[in-house]
Order: sequence, then C-alpha cells, then structure tokens
Amino acid sequence: MSAAVQAKPQSRLLLSGNDAIARGVWEAGAKVAAAYPGTPSTEILESLSLYPDLYAEWSVNEKVAMEVAIGGSMSGARSFCAMKHVGLNVASDAFMTVTVAGVIGGLVIAVADDVGMSSSQNEQDSRFWGRFAHVPVLEPADSQEAYEMAKYAFELSEAYNTPVILRLTTRVCHVKAVVQVGERVKHDIGGFKSDARRWVMTPANAKGLLPAQIAREGKLQKLAEASPMNFLDDGSDKRVGFVTSGPAYMHLRESFPDAPVLKLGFTYPVPVALVEKLAAQVEHLVVVEETEPLMEQELKAAGLLKIHGKDLLPRLGELTPNVLIPAIKTFLGEPLPPTTTYPKFEPFPRPPTMCAACPHMGVYYSLARMRKNVQISGDIGCYTLGAGHPWNALDTTISMGASMGIALGMDKARSEETKDKSVVAVIGDSTFLHMGMQGMLDIVYNRGNVTVLILDNRTTGMTGGQNHAGTGKGLKGDETPRVDFVKLVEALGVKPERIKKIDPYVLPVVFKTIKQETAIPEVSVIITDRPCVLSEFYTKIEPYKVVDDDCTGCGNCINVGCPAITVKRSETKVRPDGKVNELKFTTIDTAMCTGCHMCVESCGPNAIVLAKRAAAAE
Amino acid sequence: MTDVITNILVCGTGGQGVMTAAEILSQAAMARGLDCKKSEVAGMAQRGGVVTSHVRFGKRVWSPVITPGTADILVAFEVAEGSRWADMLRPGGVAMVNTIRLVPPVVSAGLFKYPDDPVAQMRAAGVTVYDFDAGAIARELGDLRLINTIMLGAIADYLPFPAEELEEQIVGRFRERKPAMVEVNQKAFSAGRDAAGNAKTKTSAA
Repeated sequence: MSAAVQAKPQSRLLLSGNDAIARGVWEAGAKVAAAYPGTPSTEILESLSLYPDLYAEWSVNEKVAMEVAIGGSMSGARSFCAMKHVGLNVASDAFMTVTVAGVIGGLVIAVADDVGMSSSQNEQDSRFWGRFAHVPVLEPADSQEAYEMAKYAFELSEAYNTPVILRLTTRVCHVKAVVQVGERVKHDIGGFKSDARRWVMTPANAKGLLPAQIAREGKLQKLAEASPMNFLDDGSDKRVGFVTSGPAYMHLRESFPDAPVLKLGFTYPVPVALVEKLAAQVEHLVVVEETEPLMEQELKAAGLLKIHGKDLLPRLGELTPNVLIPAIKTFLGEPLPPTTTYPKFEPFPRPPTMCAACPHMGVYYSLARMRKNVQISGDIGCYTLGAGHPWNALDTTISMGASMGIALGMDKARSEETKDKSVVAVIGDSTFLHMGMQGMLDIVYNRGNVTVLILDNRTTGMTGGQNHAGTGKGLKGDETPRVDFVKLVEALGVKPERIKKIDPYVLPVVFKTIKQETAIPEVSVIITDRPCVLSEFYTKIEPYKVVDDDCTGCGNCINVGCPAITVKRSETKVRPDGKVNELKFTTIDTAMCTGCHMCVESCGPNAIVLAKRAAAAE
Repeated sequence: MTDVITNILVCGTGGQGVMTAAEILSQAAMARGLDCKKSEVAGMAQRGGVVTSHVRFGKRVWSPVITPGTADILVAFEVAEGSRWADMLRPGGVAMVNTIRLVPPVVSAGLFKYPDDPVAQMRAAGVTVYDFDAGAIARELGDLRLINTIMLGAIADYLPFPAEELEEQIVGRFRERKPAMVEVNQKAFSAGRDAAGNAKTKTSAA
C-alpha cells in the first residue's frame, strides 16, 4: 500500500483496484474523502489516508460520508466518498438530491458491488443509481482503468456539474494488476459561497433546477458516444459481436479472442450509436454485463430488438470464462470444449468461524443455552457468525442496524405460541453507531419489550478492524472523542437501572444478566465490554490446557465455539439406562489460546487449567 | 517468452500466508517485465475459512481468474484444501501439497469427516501430487512462518523463469527490513526445492 503512496510518476506497480483508485483520487487533487468500511471497498479509504494534503475520515455511516463529500464539493474541494453497494442504499437520500443541486468541486462516489457475493447480504447492481439519479456511470475493468477513471471522474463531474458514480465490483477492488501511475494535479479549494437558490433545496429552488438535470443527461449521452473509454476491439470472427463493461470485458477477451468487442467504460448514458455501428458488422450481438440486463434493456428500447443478453447468460454472479464459453458455444451450436480433467472432490466445508477468544462467543454460548425461549434479531458484522455452528443462536440478519426495528416488530407481533418468548437484539458497536441508534430510540419511544445486546469489541471487525466513533481513534489512528455507550443509551431514554455493562468472558454473569433482563418486560440494554482479539486494544493472558485425566468428555467446552478447542478422541458410551452418550475428549491448541478462560467457565470437572500449572504438575 | 500464460492457484486456510505467497509470485513475474494479475478472496473467508489466490502471468493477461481445468500449478498450504481445488489443474499440472491437516470445528464436532488420505484420493484420480511436510522442515529451521518460503521454493523449479528470481523476491523483502532473516529464508527456499525434488523422486518410484 505504501509503495503506491511513494511511487514516482510513470512508475509501474502491482496494485489492487482499491489502491489504484486511491492513487487516482489523490492525483486528481482531491482534498476531502470519506467512507464507512464495507467489503470490497474498505481499502480505498485506508489507502487514501496515507497520502499527504488530503482530509480522509471514517464516517459513522455511508450517508454521512456522502454528506461530508457533498459539503466538501460545495466548498469547492474535489471530494470523494466510497462505499459498498448496500452503503449507497443508506446514502441514497442525500445522493438523490445532490444530483439535482450539482457540484462545485468534482464529486465522485465509488460504489463497489459484491458480484459473486463474497461478503454481503445481497448482490445488487449499483448501475441502477446512474439511471435513477441521472448521473454518469464509469465502470473500470481493472486496476489501470480504475486509476485512470478515478482521476478523470473529477473533471467530468466539474465539466457537467454532476456527481459521478465510479462503479466497481469485487474483481476490480480485490484484483492486483499492473498500474502505471502519474502526477498529482493542483486543485485549490475555492471556499464556500452562499447561493441559496443553488443549495437550499426547497421545492421552488429544486423545481427550477430539474430541467438542467434532464438536459445534462442528454449532453452526457453525446459525450459517452465520443468517449475514449468506449472503444471497439475489432475481431475477425463476425458471427458474434459483444458489448460489455467492467471485468466481464477481461473474461470475454480471454474466452473469445477473435470476436469483436465493444468495451464500454463510460456506461451510462449508454452510447447507443456505438452499439448500432457494431450491430451492423456482426451476425449476432450479445450484451455481457454484470449483473442486471440494464444496457440490454436500454438498447432494446432504443430499437436494437435483436440483441441477446440475459436470454443466454445468467443474471447472477460473475461472467467468468467457464460461464461465457459454454453459453455462447451452445448459442452458436458448437460442441462444448472439455472442461476439467480431474474430478471435483468436495471435502468437508470450512465455514468462517469466530477467532479464538472472540468475546462474541460468550454471548452466543449463553444465548444458545436459552435458545427455546428467545427470538434473536441479529445484525451485520462478525457476530452474524452466531447463526452458525455450534451456537445456532441468530434468527434474522437483513441490513445494517435492522436488529433494532425488527426486534420491535417481533415484539409487537406476538402469537399465542410466541407470546412468552423474549425478544433479543444483537448488534455490534460499529453497527450500532452506524444505524442502530435510531432503532434503539424507536424501541424506547414505542415502549418495546426488547433486550438489546450491544457487543462492544472496540472495532469494526468483519471488514478487518477499522476505527469508529466508539474506539477513540480516527482513520489515521489519531486520538478522537470516544462515545460512551452507557451514557448514549441512557440519553436515548433507557432507564439507568436497565443498562448493564458486563465482561463477556465471565460466562455465569453473561448468562445471568441476559436471563434477568429478558425476564423484565421493558427495554434493557446489555453492553459487553471486551476488545476484538485482532485489535490493538487486546492483550493476551496465559494459555490454558485440558488435563486429560480430568476430562470427562462432556463436550461443554466445544459449545463455546472456540477454534482453539478441538476434539482429540470420541467415544460412544451406553449408560445403564440404555441411553447412548457421545463423549468428546478435547484438547486446546496453546499457541492459539489467549487465556480468555471462557472454556474454563464451561467445564464442570475443572479439567481446564493454566498450561504452565499443568506443566508444573507433570 | 511466448504468449503462453502461467496459471498458479495458491490455496489454504485463513492466516496461513496464502496471500503473501501469491503476492511474491506476482512480484517475481512483474520483475521479469511480464503482465500479471492476482485475484484475492477476502471478506468472510479471512475468519478461518477457505482462502485462494489466483496468480496469472504472461505477455498479456486478460481474465484475473483461472478457468477450472487450466491451472499449471496448485500450491496447497493444507492437504484437504489441495483436494478441494485439484479440479482446477490442467491435465499434467502439478499439485504441490503441504501435508498438514487443519481440522475445522465442524469436523472436530463430528458434523463432517476429514478425508483419511486426500493425497491418495487425488493420485487415484490421476493428479500429479508432490507432497511433503513443510511444517516439519520449518520447525527444523526454527520458525513456523518459514512454511511460506518453503512452499515457494517447492514450486520454484516449475516456473517459466529461473528459481533464483523467485528467491530474490523473497530475500529482497527481508534484506531491508529484517536482514537477520535473509539466511534462514535462503535455507528454507532450498529446503523447499529439495523437498519437492525428493517428493517427485518418491512419487515416480512408487
């Protein structure tokens, strides 16, 4: 990452799309950049934070990040924000109106779609926003283009008085490729100038600006037709010509090296005339786009009725060569090439797990113990893993912060069967500050009977450990004011006696506190207070060990879910009453163990002791 | 160099150093002036899950992903992960496998079974597998983190450029930051080359 920061103009580097975008944004002279972490976009801001002469922040959520960038743009600074696809859903309120108001300093929004679903709750196509908001969409296919388009996007934004969407996918963000970088251009901040007709979006003012927004789209259409980012790779095999964008272009060139390919980088408004030109030269035209048939439908609406697209190709996931080749060959009536030579062995799955000593485990271990009596509304973060083995202690995950409102809805919609169940909401610190606070307030305001568990591990865990308003540190690791969760929820109206701050490592206390608070028919908040094991705030204690002679094989410690604990021997025992018992004798990987002692608390026969004490006894 | 593309799939589990190994391979190709692409799987896979990285280099690389059935080399940091990705190999491709068995919680809890002998399984299907215990070599050299260098050493003789160029990429990383680690990494690299050679001899004899 630092290599890109220090790289001299014209040097060639192996950069991820995310690092390449950061370089492009910096070279464009941007002065303000904001984001909330989200896979696969997170590293853009991490990378940008290393460059000089640019303000970069982690915002509390994507909407605020967008607003910070809008404020920067209004003040004449080239401004940037980045988010994952679902982040733009959150930011869309601000976005849909700034697109009417326009920009002063170039305003670029990088939005990363998780095509192929590596780490998201849905797979959505952010190119829709270009249509919805009447703004141009640029789609890089690799790191070099990501760098170039990021830089160009600011010029485009200023020249056409519009925010610009830089649409990325996982295969751009997380692929490293060779990039030749350039020089930073100087772009001074003009400073904010009052202009109420421009910036105060009352109906009268906004109405006056709407025609310009529509006119702008027409001008952008002409620009797209002539853009060097839209080019034809001619080919000798004229049976099928392709129109494509993003990394699908790379897969296409790999799959059909002789086919003519119209590669679109400036993809909205769609340059229809360019497509018509190609259509005239080939027998069939196929639109290859990830993931929705957007260009396809617009081209059909423009009169290109015979084109193909999603009638041949899947509407989900990546359009890699192993998807493209069979689809197109089948269409042409050609024999399919042989695929793999060796069989696909499918050994056991290896689902992601919580880390050894993860403080979330204590909470889920306890919730699993009372599973029959609770409905558990979950949220987005590492703790979503509580839905998996061995806890199976999560009932819902929809979107950031949704655990709150959903829990309240569950509480208000009880049946005869569920009327006595407790409703619990589980949310992390970063997610609570992102979008949970409002839902919490709604629970209080509407007198919900919900027990809210805020798992404060002092980091944004799943995206790799970023700071937020609750960690006391900023994007650059600088000291910042730290939110006090107890005071915060008290201010939202939770009774002080219903707010409990506990240590998630002390299992009996965790269990008792949840039990007690769920029994009280009003809102309570339990805050667990232990840093993420991967964070700078975590300190290891001393590792533990299972004393073989004392282990009875009850398997309780396995249910904690710690990956440092494994079964070393199983035994089937038939009890005198005929019941069959599966005994699991365990062992602890002392190199992984941090000494959190959650498993010690789960062990009836006290067979888990400090490793050094066990060594001394031997 | 012709316009043939070399495809290397590096696989293992979260935290094993798969990404670093792929990065070093890519840098070595780039130092040769080749075009190179490296795809990563990030996100939830980091939490002890399956990790793969696709490395492709040559005169001009288009797709960043290796098409199943076209990998020249499979570098497996864990033996069952080797079998999971064996179908990615082209006919005659080589699987270089570290024999360590990392048992995930779902297996240890009895929900799934770890295959008895993934290497035998692969061989029975006709895959060319060279396997050895990289962990044992690393322990002998005194540092488990050397597994990465050992595995890279093991594939060094199967690349379209001299093994020394790959070695230089590894050593170069340490020369500035941790010069004390240079020698042991050179040893690990050679040990990996030897281990692969021995595994090949053993396999051919069998």
